[in-house]
Amino acid sequence: MKRTMALFGAATALAMMPLAAHAERGASGHLNIIYWQAPSILNPYLSGGTKDVESSSLVLEPLARYNQNGELVAWLAESIPTVENGGVAEDLTSITWTLREGLLWSDGTPVTSADVAFSAEYCMHPEGGCAQAARYQDVESVEIVDERTVTVHFSVPKPVPYGPFVTAQSPIIQRAQFENCTGARAPECTDANFYPIGTGAFRVVDFRPNDVISFEANQNYRDPALPHFATITFKGGGDAASAGRAVMETGEMDYAWNLQLAPDVIATMAQGGRGVPISAFGTLVERIEVNMTDPSPDLPPEIRSTRAAPHPVLSDIRVREALSRAIDRELLVEVGYGQAGRPSCNLVPAPPIFRSDANDNCLEQDLDRARALLDEAGWVVGADGIRVRDGRRLTIDYMTSTNAVRQDFQALIQQWWREIGVEANLRNINASVFFGGDPGSPDTFQKFYADVSMYANNFPGTDPEAYLGAYRCGFEPRPETQWQGENINRFCDPAYDALHLQLAQTASIEERGRIGRELNDILMQNYIIIPLVDRGRLSAHSNTLGGVVLNTWDSELWNVAEWHRL
Amino acid sequence: MFTFTMRRLLLAIPTLLFIALVIFLLLELSPGDPMSDMPLTIPPEVRQQMRLALGLGEAWYIRFYKWLYLFSVVEPSHVLANMTGYDWLRVEGQRILSFQTRSPVADIIAQRLPQTLWVVGLSYLFGILVAVPIGIYSAYRQYSWFDQAGTFVSMVGFSLPTFFTGPLLILICSICVGWFPIISDTTLVVDSWANFLKQLRQMAMPVFVLTLYNAAQITRFMRASMLDNLTQDYVRTARAKGMTERIVVLVHVLRNSLIPVVTVIALGIPTIFTGAIITEQVFRVNGLGALLIGAIYGSDIPMVLTLSVVFAILIVLFNLIADILYAVLDPRIRYD
Repeated sequence: MKRTMALFGAATALAMMPLAAHAERGASGHLNIIYWQAPSILNPYLSGGTKDVESSSLVLEPLARYNQNGELVAWLAESIPTVENGGVAEDLTSITWTLREGLLWSDGTPVTSADVAFSAEYCMHPEGGCAQAARYQDVESVEIVDERTVTVHFSVPKPVPYGPFVTAQSPIIQRAQFENCTGARAPECTDANFYPIGTGAFRVVDFRPNDVISFEANQNYRDPALPHFATITFKGGGDAASAGRAVMETGEMDYAWNLQLAPDVIATMAQGGRGVPISAFGTLVERIEVNMTDPSPDLPPEIRSTRAAPHPVLSDIRVREALSRAIDRELLVEVGYGQAGRPSCNLVPAPPIFRSDANDNCLEQDLDRARALLDEAGWVVGADGIRVRDGRRLTIDYMTSTNAVRQDFQALIQQWWREIGVEANLRNINASVFFGGDPGSPDTFQKFYADVSMYANNFPGTDPEAYLGAYRCGFEPRPETQWQGENINRFCDPAYDALHLQLAQTASIEERGRIGRELNDILMQNYIIIPLVDRGRLSAHSNTLGGVVLNTWDSELWNVAEWHRL
Repeated sequence: MFTFTMRRLLLAIPTLLFIALVIFLLLELSPGDPMSDMPLTIPPEVRQQMRLALGLGEAWYIRFYKWLYLFSVVEPSHVLANMTGYDWLRVEGQRILSFQTRSPVADIIAQRLPQTLWVVGLSYLFGILVAVPIGIYSAYRQYSWFDQAGTFVSMVGFSLPTFFTGPLLILICSICVGWFPIISDTTLVVDSWANFLKQLRQMAMPVFVLTLYNAAQITRFMRASMLDNLTQDYVRTARAKGMTERIVVLVHVLRNSLIPVVTVIALGIPTIFTGAIITEQVFRVNGLGALLIGAIYGSDIPMVLTLSVVFAILIVLFNLIADILYAVLDPRIRYD
């Protein structure tokens, strides 16, 4: 018996050994990360670009963030404040955060509530042009309660008060470093923006904008055994294909971010055998947005594509439904995204509580139903197979951004629509123009000088309130707003607005889920938006890199401290 | 000669001002927006605030004037101060800030310049070293097998674009054989033989691709110019005087044939600075070419404008140098 015990002990000791080998900071050596978009700045408050937010997340950390399941976890805070534990006021107008004990900045000075309050002040400065200002919306003041506690006061009840200081987009920055950098002076502090002092697992050693960053382990990191890696080279630039190649085929790099490549290209690369592609899903949905207003160039510019001119064809719900029914979403996924996509019938595909199952009939392509709908709407098949009504051909202007997958989708969908007698004129526009929002350009997605347009969008965090709020009346881009606005479809339904108002006043998560699903269903069942693919994130890591947990709700590098060499 | 140089230099000022204005207006009129890189999750009001913070709220002529002042006064003072080490030279105040990085444009250019000079400059040098002997021998033995082979190689270099030869080389040398890395490590400091070897390995492919391209062009010029001269009377005279072939070709013919070639080489020098945009992109050499492309995609107006005008200055300057060299090399040419 004793002997068995001893053997057992030895076996346990052996099993523990790899762990023991990693129990020391920096024991895994050097890590190579590649982002095919190169970081320009390490201050997420001055740039909303994903590349900048994620690279700075190695250094700067928030009070709380989402884990891979979209659940809120305390990060620099001791715990997540809720109404139950008293951290969120009963009337939902304030939230109190408490910092962990003994936190240090990488320069050795203590992290205090003054730093937290300053981070809010920095972003909320009216002249600063803070990219994350939306996270601080409705914040009235940030009150310092004691050394480790702050209370955020909101001007309106906030059912979801986890905007400020949550996720990699609104981290805590050091007051001492950024004190003289608020407002208009923010861009002048090049040193602070390139070499931020943080609490994260790593600190910046060398920053070369739009090129490469060198990091080393933060010696003041709160867990003495972490991070496992001693140094990181964070290379940026190039294209997704060669980034994937560097991880999976040549093995030069350990981690490649966001490989938006055709599934067969990924599969070929994975045969290289040095790394594996990984994927996870978030809230990003590739969709076709239907224009409810008339984009005809014959109209004067002040009413073209505005609610003053309803769309002559697409205002008919039967036509919109037919367009959606004709699409084979399974095939789109197979062609465009492979393991990084799945068919979607919802605008809000996740988290589970907000995911409706009322629209799943879209998964099946139904050309007969589509044809029947068009017949019913009075569109008769003409001589060349395209439907006609009152002398007008059923022609649809179909716009999207220039991108290989999107052009494949356009071609496929054009084909399906042709089969039901709808002609599609395809157009693709350079992404920096399409998404540029220049009011002088006729080709922006906001101006919507087309009948339908295709792109992807998502919402930050796990609550779709603001996202669904975009489809309210009055939020549409129009000449008076310099074509700014989020209601791209120019949808307007008072019942929808009323329901959204109800969502804004509801705190219970079950109730929010129900209302959220209902709002989603209104948009889906009106076929205002034709969802196509729930797009996941596909990254790749080397076979020798362990500890990677792909997270689409926060920075992909959220748990980099725990990454280690296998 | 001096008055000619001065006149040309003075004339360059309005030319450059005009170039700067045209580039600025082109950028101004082109669609695109520095906010287009931002995720759609950032609401429009916030985008508007960010645009204002970039200074885009002002009228175009004010922005152009501001840029012109910074470019002609403030930035040169910083460059001078950095070169001489005298800090008092610096003109205090705002500098030209890139929209993407919010840092001074000049600092980023200074950071990128060495990489471009190393890769593109070296390939230009190699190109010349390879092209001149090939050109000479090809012309001397016209229609020999060497000439045919040389013509073939330079035709290949001419016709195959670098965006084809680059990935081809990556496929062969990196993925199949694994000799060279496909991503160049720009942080590498050459402080030991091992690192020097590493530097050589990562520079090998881009330098080869560009050398092929540069050599192809210069070989053709060299050969044509040699052929022109070889049939001249003075060559026959030299041979009649009983000079060896070596002296006839390498002293008499070569010196006269080099005149147009030197001008072509001088005119090509600005392209070393502008970088080989495509090659830099393919091999991830983050030099000036890559910087310019990135800035154009990001609608980083101050960066594109500054880089383009710097390139324009270089081109104007080297045109002048080529003209002067011409006069120096060929005594028959006088500008006064």
